Amino acid sequence: MSFPWAREYQPTNGLMKFLDERLPLPRLIHGAIGAGYPVPRNLSYMWNFGVLAGFCLVMQIITGVVLAMHYAPNALVAFATTEHIMRDVNWGWLMRYAHANGASFFFVVVYLHIFRGFFYSSYKAPREMIWLPGVVIFLLMMATAFMGYVLPWGQMSFWGAKVITGLFGAIPLVGEPIQVWLLGGFAPDNAALNRFFSLHFLLPFVIAGVVILHIWALHIPGSSNPTGVEIKTEADTLPFHPYYTAKDGFGLGVFLLLFLAFVFFMPNALGHPDNYIEANPLSTPALIVPEWYFYPFYAILRAFTIDFFFIPAKLMGVLAMFAAILVWFFLPWLDKSPVRSGHYRPLFRIFFWILMVDMAALFWLGGTHAEEPYIMFSQLTTAYYFLHFLVILPIVSSIEKPKPLPYSITESVLGSDKDASPAIPAAAN
Amino acid sequence: MADTTGTANPENAGAAIGVDGEDGVRRRDFINIAAVSFAGVGAVAVVYPLVSQMAPSADVLAESSTEIDVGMIEPGQAIKAVFRKQPLFVRRLTAAEISAANDVALSDLRDPATLGDRTKEGHGDMLVTMGVCTHLGCVPLGAAEGENKGEYGGYFCPCHGSHYDTAARIRKGPAPTNLVVPDYEFTSDTVIQVG
Amino acid sequence: MIRLFGILTGLFFAVAVLWSFGNGAFVAATEGMGEETAEKVFYEHPEKLELPSDGIFGTFDVAQLQRGYQVYKEVCAACHSLKFVAIRDLAQLGYDEGQIKAEAASFQVPGIDPNTGEATTRPGLPTDYFPSPYANTVMAAAANNNAIPPDLSLITKARDDGTAYVHSLLTGYSSPPAELTQQFPNFSTPPGLNFNRYFPNLNIAMAPPLAADGQVTYAPGNPDPTIDQMATDVAAFLTWTAEPTLVKRRQAGFAVLGFVLFATILAYFAKQQVWAAVKPKKAAKAKD
Repeated sequence: MSFPWAREYQPTNGLMKFLDERLPLPRLIHGAIGAGYPVPRNLSYMWNFGVLAGFCLVMQIITGVVLAMHYAPNALVAFATTEHIMRDVNWGWLMRYAHANGASFFFVVVYLHIFRGFFYSSYKAPREMIWLPGVVIFLLMMATAFMGYVLPWGQMSFWGAKVITGLFGAIPLVGEPIQVWLLGGFAPDNAALNRFFSLHFLLPFVIAGVVILHIWALHIPGSSNPTGVEIKTEADTLPFHPYYTAKDGFGLGVFLLLFLAFVFFMPNALGHPDNYIEANPLSTPALIVPEWYFYPFYAILRAFTIDFFFIPAKLMGVLAMFAAILVWFFLPWLDKSPVRSGHYRPLFRIFFWILMVDMAALFWLGGTHAEEPYIMFSQLTTAYYFLHFLVILPIVSSIEKPKPLPYSITESVLGSDKDASPAIPAAAN
Repeated sequence: MADTTGTANPENAGAAIGVDGEDGVRRRDFINIAAVSFAGVGAVAVVYPLVSQMAPSADVLAESSTEIDVGMIEPGQAIKAVFRKQPLFVRRLTAAEISAANDVALSDLRDPATLGDRTKEGHGDMLVTMGVCTHLGCVPLGAAEGENKGEYGGYFCPCHGSHYDTAARIRKGPAPTNLVVPDYEFTSDTVIQVG
Repeated sequence: MIRLFGILTGLFFAVAVLWSFGNGAFVAATEGMGEETAEKVFYEHPEKLELPSDGIFGTFDVAQLQRGYQVYKEVCAACHSLKFVAIRDLAQLGYDEGQIKAEAASFQVPGIDPNTGEATTRPGLPTDYFPSPYANTVMAAAANNNAIPPDLSLITKARDDGTAYVHSLLTGYSSPPAELTQQFPNFSTPPGLNFNRYFPNLNIAMAPPLAADGQVTYAPGNPDPTIDQMATDVAAFLTWTAEPTLVKRRQAGFAVLGFVLFATILAYFAKQQVWAAVKPKKAAKAKD
């Protein structure tokens, strides 16, 4: 642990002492999310989403394993076994609705977690290696969610699979062979469904592995905080347990209320009616859209409507869509402001909120019909998206004059920090 | 709560807030214990659907009764039918087989039952049993023509060597009980409905 | 260096997408924002339909489901399958075991001859699913002027606002309104299709299935079988077939949400207690 005042694990009974000497799991937990992990004392509720995302991952794995006990990844019966789960399996409807809405809520939580990172520049040194695995997790989540959506083998499943693998068809020369290879055929069918099922089962465990790296890296510098000022003394911190376990416990309750309200009272609100129609390779739904959590990137994909000199529009859209996420990898080096927190960056803060409005617009536009005026809106919002990260952020971070920072976390919380005034000697207890 | 967090003297702050001393401590403990208990109860409640989903689903439970036409079975012959995805033996006994079964003293049997107990009134020659060895669930031989019927002329389970007699009662080998007679009834002279 | 490269990349994407935008804007300015079509102007979202199963406290009206089942069986089943619903599921509609067995036996389902193994039909059993009127989609298409009648098991979940859609569609047949033919003189309903303002492209292959009041005879004690009543009843029935667990789901939801709400309130007070000692006084709280 990086802080000298982190409290060491003390086994309280013989069994724990026995374990601690041989397999120090309790010590690991104590240091990771227990009293042995000192956390800034000023974290807001925006810092709840990491734990919530972890909860979602576990929940998705549990409900997913259960669903896999009843589902059959075969194009002939996939849709029917999904209905079998809904109708005949004991509590099957609960498992499926919890899994489907769980995916949506996982993304809600992760988006808020990421936007928190944008505002507080959580990606900045020394936390680059927390941020990068984080973006990897997000990419893996997108792949997992996409393949999961194919499994019920409804109309949206089928056409989603066709359209998304079609993205690879945009690659010059090798695109089409790659698409055929990905699908194991010329259109989505058994081969594609089977491999998507296999990978959909595998990837969550890969995500869990990267999550471990993410948390490991987090424990090197410790959590960031709303002031962006690094921890100076023990007075700036509180042990994770009981302070943040209590706070996260309450946050989890609020999350569950919202999530369960969807599961029990509007389980299909976030889905598409078309996916209750069995896949039909001969008929395309009137509006093909992915799940809502892909909307911003889908809007970016569709924004490129004409060839840009020698680059075909299709390729341009695919490039832009991938670039829209890959750009996050470079954030630590694009934003050079010495100040982290958006609270002390007046100019950056304005652009951050413009980005949020822009993202909200992209979330809306990704789900609309591909017709005017939506296309023009999505073109403007796409332009801002790229300008924000790649042009505005580097320039703003060089020219803006940040507001004065508090001396320490303690000062920001209590209004004063006795360490801050050199007249009074640092009287730590 | 005994954490020495080095913050703005939590002990003092706590004392300043908890004016009502002991009462405050008790109430605090109670709320924390209640909150943790609720979380625990919730976690246990979640286990219930997770366990119950593995029990047979509605379509499996509804596997209905099976009707079998037993009219064309000749004495000495047997047929294999399917009941709840498991083999069902229907054997029409010969006079010799019936007397062989009736000649056995009940005290010699591991699982005492007479042939009369195991057949229906008026159809004493029609032996209906599950084709599932009561040892570990293999399908015994002896129903089809030419199969090994075991030392007692009934059924023989090749997996672990259980011998059943002509009333499908266990006589030798590891199986603990006789082949199970399912619930069935004759809906006409030649048709039985199982289950 | 990386920032310079970033700025160039950003400008590249921005310029490329604005190139598309400029083009689209030019087209929009010179040619307008796309044409109005009859579908866009005259298609109507389904009319609101009130059913006992609506709302979070709603429950199914068993008598209504039975009437709806009767309408399905006597009218819809001629062309539409209900393949994800088992005949045994009728128990939830208040039928007893004997009635269900008799009901099942009234259907002929595909089977094999136990002696020869040849394909044949046999009377249904409660464990069977509702038999499809056509053996395969080719047959369905051939019998229906190339329009395949959709399976109805999930129809109310497979359409936007599905329950109301079923009711509106069944009652929405008419001839094209005069304004439509005025505004779009080229609009026509091809032979074999029927005008219906609740169908997305206004022309539906299904002929009006509920043609006259009293087409289905309800048992005494039930409302008059007007077209509207039959459409409402069958919409209710198809809401049930799409999600038989609907009521159970909401009941479980109340118990679970109540529990979680209480637990969350407790968690809030527990959190306040834990933090009481280290929370700064209001006055001392730093401004943000």
